[in-house]
Amino acid sequence: MKFLTTNFVKCAVKSCDASDLSFPLKYEECELQLQEHDFNPEFLISMLPRLNWDAVVQVAADLGNTSLPSTKPEGIENNEQLLKDLHSLLLETQIINGKMTCRHCGHIYYIKDSIANFLLPPHLANS
Amino acid sequence: MSRPEQIAPPEIFYNDSESRKYTTSTRVQHIQAQMTLRSLELLNLDPEKTHFILDVGCGSGLSGEILTEENQIWVGMDIAPSMLATALDREVEGDLFLSDMGCGVPFRAGTFDAAISISAIQWLCNADSTTSEPKVRLARFFSTLYAALKRGGKFVGQFYPANENQIIQITSAAKVAGFQCGVVVDDPESKKNKKHYLVLQAGHSDRPLNLGNMEVESTTPKKEKKMSKKMMRAMETKKEYIHRKKELMKRRGKTVAQDSKFTGRRRKPRF
Ligand SMILES: C[S@@+](CC[C@H](N)C(=O)[O-])C[C@H]1O[C@@H](n2cnc3c(N)ncnc32)[C@H](O)[C@@H]1O
Ligand SMILES: [Zn+2]
Repeated sequence: MKFLTTNFVKCAVKSCDASDLSFPLKYEECELQLQEHDFNPEFLISMLPRLNWDAVVQVAADLGNTSLPSTKPEGIENNEQLLKDLHSLLLETQIINGKMTCRHCGHIYYIKDSIANFLLPPHLANS
Repeated sequence: MSRPEQIAPPEIFYNDSESRKYTTSTRVQHIQAQMTLRSLELLNLDPEKTHFILDVGCGSGLSGEILTEENQIWVGMDIAPSMLATALDREVEGDLFLSDMGCGVPFRAGTFDAAISISAIQWLCNADSTTSEPKVRLARFFSTLYAALKRGGKFVGQFYPANENQIIQITSAAKVAGFQCGVVVDDPESKKNKKHYLVLQAGHSDRPLNLGNMEVESTTPKKEKKMSKKMMRAMETKKEYIHRKKELMKRRGKTVAQDSKFTGRRRKPRF
């Protein structure tokens, strides 16, 4: 799972829908891998407005990177270095194994061999 | 030929051998690719741009591979572990989620530019166990899909309805979730090649769905086409529904609120 996706995925349990705590998930015991990806600055620029920067910082910290600026970078269009850094963080950093916990209901989702398991046990499905 | 949906639940039907058989068949590859390209054509995305796209029921990634070829970045969800394992073996570019669309799309509001689904959503009409009520699952799927799309976001889903009733079930659920909704039928005369595409739009878009000479709200081709009364109703908008009910009430001699420009509009929640 790309780092980018951690900025969007939330707890699947219905009773967590309305809770601010169901996003971002808490990332633990994660094994990371860098996977090369075509550099696409326009895509990054189009995604930036919809990034929740607090969640970017928080998840990066969960994964051991505490060097990110605390506010969303501005004027990235003309900043090649910044775009490259964002590219490698958002698109090339992959979580291969690990666990994600909902801060609201405590449900744990596992990532195994790159596949994130969001199947819910029967008592949490559609409840 | 019996439909897979009638044989077993998807995660059982698409086991290791079926996943392999499905994915390596050049006939299947060809059809899935064509339907994915057709869905992209209906979506009418800006060809110059890379979009963030959800592929619902992504399976082994045959549809996703087309998205990658078209320079899109995608996330796929599927309920069958064997299909996802096959996707992994094929080293697809998309992120893979083992997830049941009937339990909802687990992404926060406004995540995706667009979503597609190729040959999957008819599964929602199946009640595989006593706990899976199709109506509840359809409602959950479309309401979370609506939320996960950005405003003006679009969805195109090719599906295999077992009968007209399933089309009505699906379109009604999509409409209740707030979508502008229609069904495009390609090759309607051919029993073998006939294909249904559910086309949905979440609010106004500067690049609306590309439906040729049709409008999303009434995806009835401009040429006359026979539709059952039930079908017409499934296609009508909330506003049309209110007008129809009001007419009926008036004819029965009841007083009804006067129509205004707000009739049938979604209202903002008040606190
Ligand atoms: C015919 S395959 C299509 C796969 C892929 N879209 C393609 O074009 O090759 C249908 C897929 O829908 C998936 N599916 C069925 N029910 C599902 C559900 N409730 N949630 C997620 N995926 C589901 C199946 O597991 C299967 O992989
Ligand atoms: Zn939760």
